[in-house]
Amino acid sequence: MALAPAITDLERLKGHPAVGRLLEWNPATVTGVKFDRDEMTIYVDRANIREACALLRDDAECAFNFLSDITCVDWYPAEPRFEVIYHLLSIPKKERVRLKVRLDSASPAVESLTSVWPGANYFEREVFDLFGIRFTGHPYLRRLLMPEDWEGHPLRKDYPVEGYR
Amino acid sequence: MILNMGPQHPSTHGVLRVLLEIDGETVVRIMPDIGFLHTGIEKTCEAKFYQQVVPLTDRIDYLCPMTNNLCYVLAVEKLLGLEIPPKAQWMRVLMNELTRINSHLVWLGTHAMDIGALTVFLYCFREREEVLKMFEMISGQRMMTSYFRVGGLALEPPLGFFERVGEFAGYFAEKIDEYENLLTGNPIWMMRTKGVARLTAEDAIALGASGPTLRGSGVDIDLRRDMPYSGYENFNFKVPVAQEGDVFARYMCRVRELRESNEIVKQALDGMPEGPIKADAPGVVLPDREKMKTQMEALIYHFKIITEGFAVPAGEVYQAVESPRGEMGYYIVSDGTAKPYRVHMRAACLANLQTLPKMCEGGLIADVVAAIGSIDIVLGEIDR
Repeated sequence: MALAPAITDLERLKGHPAVGRLLEWNPATVTGVKFDRDEMTIYVDRANIREACALLRDDAECAFNFLSDITCVDWYPAEPRFEVIYHLLSIPKKERVRLKVRLDSASPAVESLTSVWPGANYFEREVFDLFGIRFTGHPYLRRLLMPEDWEGHPLRKDYPVEGYR
Repeated sequence: MILNMGPQHPSTHGVLRVLLEIDGETVVRIMPDIGFLHTGIEKTCEAKFYQQVVPLTDRIDYLCPMTNNLCYVLAVEKLLGLEIPPKAQWMRVLMNELTRINSHLVWLGTHAMDIGALTVFLYCFREREEVLKMFEMISGQRMMTSYFRVGGLALEPPLGFFERVGEFAGYFAEKIDEYENLLTGNPIWMMRTKGVARLTAEDAIALGASGPTLRGSGVDIDLRRDMPYSGYENFNFKVPVAQEGDVFARYMCRVRELRESNEIVKQALDGMPEGPIKADAPGVVLPDREKMKTQMEALIYHFKIITEGFAVPAGEVYQAVESPRGEMGYYIVSDGTAKPYRVHMRAACLANLQTLPKMCEGGLIADVVAAIGSIDIVLGEIDR
């Protein structure tokens, strides 16, 4: 089975309900799209991520009411360095969509989703702990897995596998 | 008063520490504290070849190794665009349902023991032992099986394996009746579980709960049926849902899932296709031992896969499967080399644990133990 090439043309993916809804709300929100291996990725402007998620959750046609996961990828030394990744699931429609926010290393901060889904709490704490991304508006942004007094963020690519010696 | 419970507390299933703010016997606030088992598996994966990650995935959740294996290999296969032969797919389904039985049996035994029904534990571990022996038979390991490979399975199932599974599936339904005899109608069990630690459907969805924790609150979703993977669309099974959202509802969901899993095992045995157990993908799948000794090509591929791994086309995938605990997801980013750029596991337990304050606050301190048991946490998966 050969892999189909990824589609990144916004015009061709307008028909997707989530893309359509976001464009209709605020065209500046969508900074890019990708359809690859049957998975839809929408790049969202960092200023609008919370509103975009609330919109996708409440819209009857999208109904992405379940937050599966939040994680992050470090593209060190490229800039923008971080990609925060949100996986949403629609329980009524049985659909998934992936939202991405790009953050540069100078100010790795993005708005917290805890007001949209309280379940974002642990996921965001984990990303904060392991990547050092700050989530503004998070009620309790402290380390989740590493000890409180740990130095550095282990999943960053410039963090050595053996830890600092 | 602030009371510390754990991390070395037998009813916290490993090393969960819970801080309880209590007023008399009533829980005012509850704060789980995790991270005691954090081993940095996600970071380790970045330094391994794709095939070397498989044994790491076992160690995340020691009660459902095969589910973790499956989720990981499905994600890598999706990245590669590999087609898996039907026999391998059916074997994967069969092994996954046995894993679910194994995991639910441990849950049932320990959950009942937490609440005070010690006998059930012995009954459950009797059948679990049989499942573990089957795992040993097929993979050489009781718990850390690493039986699935990218592109198929590690080994052909040995002679007599299907007969043994068939025998087990034949009598297992009666054993479930035995457990239910001990618990379901038991007045003490009902008092300790009915109406205890309630969770509404809205809260469960908002907090990211999945699996029986979500279905116990009346939300009808099961990834095996709704977003099928590995050939689950060929199987006929029901998804148990309960409406009450209490400990008893979650208990009933899991016990009925045991029966459904047993049915799937039977169906998998009946319809087991013939054919190869590995995809035809030289360069990704290790060649047969026999071919290695006779064919130069096979020997070269073997050498290359072992020494330099196989390159995976750049891209990213999120693959989710229904683990015994809920939605287990692997998010893998490839940069086109033989080592994953990033592997992230979506742990069902991590999200499920967030429902604990909603369940317990305002309830009695003794019910905290029942609530922790009912969400079926595995700390290895939470901390990774």
